[in-house]
Amino acid sequence: MLNPKLKLNPKLFNPDVEQVPIRKGFGKGLLQAGEENKNVVGLSADLTESTQMHLFADKFPARFIQVGVAEQSLVTTASGLSTMGKIPFCSSYAMFSPGRNWEQIRTTITYNDRKVVIAGSHAGISVGPDGGTHQALEDIALMRVLPNMDVVSPCDALEAKKATLALVNSKGPAYLRLAREKTPIITTEETPFTFGKEEIFWLPEVGIAEVGIIATGGLVYNALLAAKELEAEGIKTKVLNLSTIKPMDKNAVIALAKETKKIVTVEEHQVMGGMGSAVAEVLAGNFPVPIEFIGVQDRYGQSGAPSELIEHYGMGKNGIKEAVKKILGRK
Amino acid sequence: MLTEHKIKELEQKANDIRCSIIESLVATKTDKYSASGHTGGPLGMADIFTFWFFHVLKHDPKNPDWPDRDRVVLSNGHICPVYYATMAHAGYFPVEELKTLRHFGSRLQGHPHREYMPWLETSSGPLGSGLSQSVGMALAEKIDHGMSTDKYIYCFMSDGELDEGNSWEGIMLAGKYRLRNLIAIIDRNNIQIEGFTENIMPLEPLADKWRAFNWHVIEVSGHDFQALNEAVNEAKGVFEKPTVIIAHTIPGKGVSFMERDYKWHGKPPSKEEAEKALAELKAHRPI
Repeated sequence: MLNPKLKLNPKLFNPDVEQVPIRKGFGKGLLQAGEENKNVVGLSADLTESTQMHLFADKFPARFIQVGVAEQSLVTTASGLSTMGKIPFCSSYAMFSPGRNWEQIRTTITYNDRKVVIAGSHAGISVGPDGGTHQALEDIALMRVLPNMDVVSPCDALEAKKATLALVNSKGPAYLRLAREKTPIITTEETPFTFGKEEIFWLPEVGIAEVGIIATGGLVYNALLAAKELEAEGIKTKVLNLSTIKPMDKNAVIALAKETKKIVTVEEHQVMGGMGSAVAEVLAGNFPVPIEFIGVQDRYGQSGAPSELIEHYGMGKNGIKEAVKKILGRK
Repeated sequence: MLTEHKIKELEQKANDIRCSIIESLVATKTDKYSASGHTGGPLGMADIFTFWFFHVLKHDPKNPDWPDRDRVVLSNGHICPVYYATMAHAGYFPVEELKTLRHFGSRLQGHPHREYMPWLETSSGPLGSGLSQSVGMALAEKIDHGMSTDKYIYCFMSDGELDEGNSWEGIMLAGKYRLRNLIAIIDRNNIQIEGFTENIMPLEPLADKWRAFNWHVIEVSGHDFQALNEAVNEAKGVFEKPTVIIAHTIPGKGVSFMERDYKWHGKPPSKEEAEKALAELKAHRPI
C-alpha cells in the first residue's frame, strides 16, 4: 500500500491521475525562490520556456541572464555570479548541460566549490521523438562523479518544486535532473521532502517485504504500479523514492537491504554509473545483497513515443516486475 | 601620468618578481620531484602583474576578503608563477613560500586552486573559461549597482586560449550586456605550446574581432608602464562597453636566451640556466 504517513496522492492509481511535467515544478519553485531570496538569479541558454525558467525571467528580468546557445558560457558565467554572492540557477537540456560543458562545471563550479544549481531538463529516454541526440542517459554519472556536487532527481512536479526551493539553501553546487514528459503526480503538497533524506513510498500492508525497489525520477510511478500488481500476485515489496542520489541517504538504503536482502534499482539512465551503481557502491561496502538494475543497458535511445521507448528499453512496469521475480530466485 | 620615480619603483619590483619566478621554478626540482612549470609566459607578464598589483588594483593583501576589492581572474592558469610571485611581493604571503611551488601540500598548486589558496577568485588551468567567469562577476555588479559600480573585474588571459570556443561565448555575452567594469588584458606574446599562434591557429586581425563583438579595444606594449597607465585610464573612461587591452609582450622577457622562444612556454630552467638567468636579471636591475 502507499505509505499512509506520507499523504501521497490518493488518486495515484486512477486512470485519470493528474499528470504534469516534472520541469514545471522547477519553474514554479524557481519563481518562489526568486520572491523569497533576492540573490537568486537565473541563466538560460536559449531554452527558457521549455525549461520553465520563463516564469522567473518574466517576473525578475533584471535577475535573468540570457546567454544564447552557449552552454559553456552558461555555467562559467554562473560560477562568476556565485563568486559575488549570487545563487545562480542555470537551465538547459541535460544533454547540453552537463552534456557539453562538463569540464567547465568541474573546474569553475565543483573544483571551486561554488554554489550553482544546474537544472538539466529533458533528461532520460522519455524525451521521445527528438531521438537519441537529445536523450540524456549519462548525466547522473557525469554529475555524481564530481566531488562537491549534489545530485537530485525528483519523482514528480511537486517534488521538483520542493527540491528547487531546498537547493537555494543547500551547501554546495547541485545538479537537478528534470524530465520533459507529463508524469503522474505521486506526492501532495503535504508530502514531506527533505534534501538528502528518503522515504518509503510503498510497503506491504502486513508482513515483511521480500524485495526492495529503489527508484528515482519519473520511473518511481512505474515502480509503484509494479509494486501494486506484485502485491496482488502475493509478492511483497517496498519502494524507496531515492530523489537525492548524492549525498545518498545511506541509512535508508542499507535498512531496506537488511530487511529485504534483495534490491531492484530503477532509473531512466544508463545502468553504468547511474543511481543503481551508486546504490551498489553503498551496499557493497555495508550490506552486500543481490541487485537487479533497471535502466538503459549500454545503448543509445531513438525516436518514438515516450511510453513506447520506456517499454522497449525495459524500464516499464512489466520490466520492473520481471526483475523483481528474477531476483527472488537469486541468492 | 606616472612620475619617473614611480616608473623606477615599478621596474625594480618587476625585476624582483622575475627573479622570484625563476627561483620558484628552479625550486620545483628536489630529490623527490623533477623540474616542471612554465617560464615564458610568467616572465612576459611580470611587468603587467607588477603594474596591476602595485598601482591599479583596489585590494588589501592584509584583508584579502575585503568585499569592495577589485576582482582578478587569471584565465590562463599555467602562468601562475607570476601571479604567485606578485602576490607574495605584494604581501599576501611570505616570498620564501614561493619555493614550495608544485610541491605536495603547497598552497601554490601547479595550476591555481582556490581550495588551497582561498584568496584566488577562481581556479584555472583548462583554458578559455576565465573570461565568462569574469562576465558573471561583472553581471553581479550590474544587477546590484547598475552602471555606477566602481568595482572593476580584471581578466588576464592568453592569446593562445582564444582558440577556445568558450572564450568567444564570453566575449559575445560581455558585449551584449555592455559591461563597462569588465577589463580583459590579453597577453599577446604570439606563442602557444606548439609554436607561434599565427601558425597554429591565426588570431589576426585580433583587434578587429573584438571590436566586431562590441568591445572597446586598446593596443599597447605590455612592458611600458606609462602606456599601460594610459590604457587603464582610457578603459575606465569607456561607459557603454567592456574594454580589452591587447598587451604586446615578449615571452621570456628579461632573460635573453628565453625571449621569443616558444620552447620556453612549458618548461622550467635547469639549475645552471636559472643561475644564468638570475645573474642577467640582477645585472639589469634598475638602481
